Amino acid sequence: MSFLTVTYALIFYAATALLIGGLAWRITLFAKAPAPLKIPTTPAPTTQTGVVLRMFREVVFFESLFKSTKWTWLFGWMFHIGLLLVLLRHSRYFINPDWFWVPHIFWELVELVQPFGIYAGFVMVAGLAGLWSRRILVDRVRYISALSDHLMLLLIILIGLSGLTMKFIAHTDIISVKAFFIGLITFNWQAIPTDFIFLLHISLVATLMAIFPYSKLLHAPGIFFSPTRNQVDNPRERRHLSEWAKRLEQ
Amino acid sequence: MAKANFEVPELKDFIEIPVVTPDTMSHSKPYMAKPEFQIELGFPGELPEDWKDQALDAMGDLLGKYRSLQVYLDSCVKCGACTDKCHYYIGTKDPKNMPVARQDLLRKVYRRYFTFAGKFFGKLGIPEVVGAADFTKDVLDDWYSYFHQCSQCRRCSVFCPYGIDTAEISMAAREIMDRIGIGQKYCNEILGKVYKIGNNLGLPERALADTLEGLEEDIEDETGVKVRLPLDEKGADILLVTPSADFFAEPHVDGLMGYAKVFHEAGASWTLSSKASEAGNFGMFIGSYENMRRASMRIREAALELGVKRIIFGECGHAWRVAYSFLNTLVGPFDFLDPKYPVPQHILEYTWNEMKKGTLNIDKSLNDDMVLTFHDSCNVARASRMGDKPGGQFEIPRNVIKAVCNNFVDMDPSTTREKTFCCGGGGGLLTDDLMEIRVKGALPRMTALHNVIKDNGVTHMAAICAICKSQFTKVLPYYGMGMDQIVSVHQLVSSAMILTGQNTDDDEDE
Repeated sequence: MSFLTVTYALIFYAATALLIGGLAWRITLFAKAPAPLKIPTTPAPTTQTGVVLRMFREVVFFESLFKSTKWTWLFGWMFHIGLLLVLLRHSRYFINPDWFWVPHIFWELVELVQPFGIYAGFVMVAGLAGLWSRRILVDRVRYISALSDHLMLLLIILIGLSGLTMKFIAHTDIISVKAFFIGLITFNWQAIPTDFIFLLHISLVATLMAIFPYSKLLHAPGIFFSPTRNQVDNPRERRHLSEWAKRLEQ
Repeated sequence: MAKANFEVPELKDFIEIPVVTPDTMSHSKPYMAKPEFQIELGFPGELPEDWKDQALDAMGDLLGKYRSLQVYLDSCVKCGACTDKCHYYIGTKDPKNMPVARQDLLRKVYRRYFTFAGKFFGKLGIPEVVGAADFTKDVLDDWYSYFHQCSQCRRCSVFCPYGIDTAEISMAAREIMDRIGIGQKYCNEILGKVYKIGNNLGLPERALADTLEGLEEDIEDETGVKVRLPLDEKGADILLVTPSADFFAEPHVDGLMGYAKVFHEAGASWTLSSKASEAGNFGMFIGSYENMRRASMRIREAALELGVKRIIFGECGHAWRVAYSFLNTLVGPFDFLDPKYPVPQHILEYTWNEMKKGTLNIDKSLNDDMVLTFHDSCNVARASRMGDKPGGQFEIPRNVIKAVCNNFVDMDPSTTREKTFCCGGGGGLLTDDLMEIRVKGALPRMTALHNVIKDNGVTHMAAICAICKSQFTKVLPYYGMGMDQIVSVHQLVSSAMILTGQNTDDDEDE
């Protein structure tokens, strides 16, 4: 077992632990904090079904952003839909279809997106480039950007570009890549491919995983907990008393 | 045109998004509350030496109490969608009036002391790398300045992809400041008056009774019909809670006479209460659940003491938010009221219902001297509802106006309904020491109004909020328009109504 394999194996275990542990901690925090008042941005749905539909439109189509700024919507949507397809395409490197917990239909979906996933990489990078140019060119967005906002874009763009490089310019040994990651998951470590672009690609991915729960990437779970979007508009029909507010009544 | 010691923005044909111009409003600071008023609300009188620790403790406390605060501070990706949406940014060009930048004043402190990234880079001495900052006196001064340049109108929350509501952040910031002795004079002294006397204006019971008697005489002089405005009448069916400005300010009072006429024609038994003689609840402006609850409690107590069956609120924006969205939660359950009616109801829901029943005798032509438009009040539009369908808060006021006026024109749709602009005076800013921000913040609404005046011959703008009415009365002259161009919706109802037995021109001819 080479030093490189061991190092990367440990890096990925650590990154995964940080990602899952950090997200679990943050989501627990979101879930535990009470929402003591009804504050949906109105007009809001008056039923739970309506709220599910509102959230669906928000998460899948970015409804509010569409109302706001068409360019940001376009670039943001390109990036996220591209990312989704790329992730689906990549999932064949981390799972075996014969594992009992992998639903058949999911594997079919993964096979289906393979050709689209390649081009989605370009869409993703193009979307990111658009977002970054807005961050630099629009004075208002430039004003609100910290260095970390630029670095985050740089990180994800580099992940996209290194991935595309491996697909179109300098191929990596994909069989060994899959063997390495399956080995990590089954605790049966296999040697890692050693080409530079691949190592760069997965180093950046590990970095992204590690900082996810400690950065603005928390918007991903955050949207589901946003009271202005996930509350039913029924305050006259039902009281909405939180535990801490209940104590004021005694 | 009204005189100003600051530059009044020029009206253009469209709402222009300004170029970022830092610090144009950093000098804006409202007067601070005196220690006695702070203490009355349960806050310390002045800034303690260890204010920073106490403020951070308060922030930690609020993070555990409000999911909105925790989620919104963590979720912003700085996409910029909100940056051109705030009327105060449009009117002042000051980037700290962009919603995200206003939030960042608090978020950077949160990130510095409550997140791993902020603590890590803070220890290295470069917190700004991750959008964090040390909590210094300068930062606190910025808080006091810019969190009192937010009217909690929620326009930004409509456009944010995560629904981040700057109002939630502003409320938290004001509560934290209150807890370290830095309160705003206007809001906190008004809350003191509500607790001591019963309303924001400090109008005592005797004066209130005299005022109502005077209004009864005015209506009788005009119509020949005795329409009552009862006060503290036990056993009445309906308790009307209305902003105290309705008792004497123009054009509010014309609206109050309108409510009275509607109740009269509907044959309703109703009363005002001297104890709950204020609909407005400034506890919301300062983000204090406890104070909001205490101010709301008067309404529950008044309803119980008077033995009413229903509660109806008069025309008021933030008041309607607290009433519609919070009252039941804060001081419910209202199981002692008649379950046939929602608690509370809006006066427009009541009037529209009477109109549908055909109880009111309306002659629309009596309003033919006016061409109307309607200003959606921010907190009615984006934080409440009327009727049983989403969006009823837009339809019902328009239905009522169209039922009493022949000439109605809506303003630019990017400035109405859920996209409406705040009048510029909401959220605890309706005070003379903030006149500059009030005038500048009115720019988008003034632009849209000016356009329909030019293009459609609009003469008047109707509103359903005491703050909007007072604010426009003050601000319209700065933009070369007339202070009497703002009217109450129930004033329009009143002037088109013919009461049973009312003197008409024909009678006078006989």
